[in-house]
Amino acid sequence: MEGNKLQRQAACMRNALFDQGYLDEQFIQLEDLQDEANPNFVEEVVKLFYSDSARFIRNIDLTLNNSPSDFVKLDNIMHQFKGSSSSIGAKKVKQRCTQFQEYCKIGNFEGCMRTFQEVKQEHAALKKKIESYLQVARQAR
Amino acid sequence: MHLEVNPVPFAGSTASSWKSGGGGGVVSDQFPAGLRVLVVDDDPTCLRILEKMLRNCLYEVTKCSRAEVALKLLRDNKDGFDVVISDVHMPDMDGFKLLEHIGLEMDLPVIMMSADDSKRVVMKGVTHGACDYLIKPVRMEALKNIWQHVIRRKKHEWGDHNEKDVEQSGSVEDGERQQKQLSENDDYSSSANEGSCKNSKKRKNEDEEGGERDEDSSSSKKQRVVWTTELHQQFVTAVNQLGIDKAVPKKILDLMNVQGLTRENVASHLQKYRLYLRRLSGQHHNGIGNSFMGPTDATFGQLTSVNGLDLQSLASSSSQLSPLGRSTNRTPVSVPLNDPRNIFSFESPNIRFVHGQQQQQHNGVNRGNLLHGIPTNMNMPIHPHSSQSNSLLTQMVQPPQQRNQIFNDGVFGQNGIDGFAPAYTSIPQPSSVVDFSRSQRTFSTPVNNNFGIAGLASSNKGMLPQHDIGSEINGFVPTCDVFTDVNQNNNRTDDWGFQSVGPTTFEAPQHLNVQSGGLVNNSNLVPQNIPSDSLSRIRGERLPDVGFQNSLFSDQDDDLLSTYIKQNHQDGSFDNEFGFDGYPLDDLPV
Repeated sequence: MEGNKLQRQAACMRNALFDQGYLDEQFIQLEDLQDEANPNFVEEVVKLFYSDSARFIRNIDLTLNNSPSDFVKLDNIMHQFKGSSSSIGAKKVKQRCTQFQEYCKIGNFEGCMRTFQEVKQEHAALKKKIESYLQVARQAR
Repeated sequence: MHLEVNPVPFAGSTASSWKSGGGGGVVSDQFPAGLRVLVVDDDPTCLRILEKMLRNCLYEVTKCSRAEVALKLLRDNKDGFDVVISDVHMPDMDGFKLLEHIGLEMDLPVIMMSADDSKRVVMKGVTHGACDYLIKPVRMEALKNIWQHVIRRKKHEWGDHNEKDVEQSGSVEDGERQQKQLSENDDYSSSANEGSCKNSKKRKNEDEEGGERDEDSSSSKKQRVVWTTELHQQFVTAVNQLGIDKAVPKKILDLMNVQGLTRENVASHLQKYRLYLRRLSGQHHNGIGNSFMGPTDATFGQLTSVNGLDLQSLASSSSQLSPLGRSTNRTPVSVPLNDPRNIFSFESPNIRFVHGQQQQQHNGVNRGNLLHGIPTNMNMPIHPHSSQSNSLLTQMVQPPQQRNQIFNDGVFGQNGIDGFAPAYTSIPQPSSVVDFSRSQRTFSTPVNNNFGIAGLASSNKGMLPQHDIGSEINGFVPTCDVFTDVNQNNNRTDDWGFQSVGPTTFEAPQHLNVQSGGLVNNSNLVPQNIPSDSLSRIRGERLPDVGFQNSLFSDQDDDLLSTYIKQNHQDGSFDNEFGFDGYPLDDLPV
């Protein structure tokens, strides 16, 4: 039946997200919070994250361009971004954030730039995948 | 007493019911449902998640994205909340600052949160009086048990006679058991962090040590005394008159001659005051060089700006930090946590200074007031090396000078402690002196067992100028254990007025010795051989910007403890950057 098929598909997509390292157990915490009173909690939070994280990305971009040697500032912004990412279980994004912070610590601008690109990539990749998954999951419900 | 908590509508009844716990008797079946939590975080994603988690715990949640707004909410609704959870990094106000404010004004338990799990920051939470520290991403389990902090604090206030039944062990389990008396909860594990351990330990200790339970405390909730500046001044005057060593609550109370003030009020205030003083003296030294200490002086700076910061720490430490609490426990004071942290504000500027400066001198002056008998010579001899502070230490807030203070008068001449920001070197022990000299040459055997904080990166190569390290030690006690040890030893030295407090309060934790065993050559971290170098031993970690933090180091995990110990006693050579011959930093537990 459609329902089952969708459910299976959703389950598959979900597993892939975990298996491929896009998401970690924190995401499960989110799922656990979803209940009848808040049936779209996960989706809501993910949306919130993506709308908010844009500003982090923007800020880092700006800082990298305008004050490239302000590693403290870069580290601070990234720290916040990382906190936010980790709260939804965005594993790969979080890893890149950590890497970025490492470069900040040693003051390696090149490394920061490079890693930041990766952060953005992971951030975007996850968005696509998770949104597709959530869409299917919602339909499957 | 029966706490009537309604899971859903938390109106004033709920609020009052929680608070009217008084003697901490029976707790409603629904406990801890209805706990009124205020959560502050500028990240909307986290905020939303936390809110949902807390709601799932049946807590009553109010969320807030700005610290200023949170403060306003708290101010406008005194008694409207039971616990506050706040993020550390917020754009409009530093989380620690908010923590202080809350502690000062409302005396609510505050739980800090951050994605940053570096020891430095966690320590900062400890010293600022946070009753717990959660690492993000926060899990549901961590939030489930926050109610314990509320209960703990209330019990504390009530001078709960229930405590008599509580054993005195510092473990979390004990604390939990204690909690059990109050409620039927299954899961006591506190959130991942050392704080809870300390809290319970401290709480118990304090209660135990409280000795005579005052009539006041036994019945209903005690009236909270607000230690205004004037009142505090009277208190300080009385203490000074009696002499810090001889200042006992009863006498202070008599001298102060204030209506309505109980011996217990004075006792707890005294406890805090002592911690505060200790921290003051130790701050100079502590600030820097700790491996834990973050390199950010900035943080310190922030702290310094807050008056009463010390108070906060002091207050919080006394109430929350076991180690300090422990030490103070020995003194027969129950420690209701009053907030008047600001009373110490006049001292605060000095205390904080992490950044070494003349504050030391300044401190010295203050010290004079506060610390009787503490030879704070903060003659801050500016040790040349100190300035160098190795990269790590550099950040240490304090210039070596600070460290110098309190050292047994010049005994340590050489202090290798130079540059140790964290005043671990402050353990003024004669024996250490000897070590120093030795250590100077070798930079081995960290003397300061007090503080493993290697922060003192300053280039102490051998030159340990005279540090009054004694004071340093106050500031930072990596683990109470260590400190205890040190204190005990140190007490001989008269550096701190605290001495009287020290030995009594600190107990040398067994494990301390054990842990340090490897590192420390001395029997127990006793400052006997505390090469000043040890202070400078930097763990290679971020140095926490901690001046006062150190002092409030409560029961650290063994890990921390060992870290400190190792730091102190490390025989290795310091990183070259410190200009030392090197303590092998890699040995330092991370």
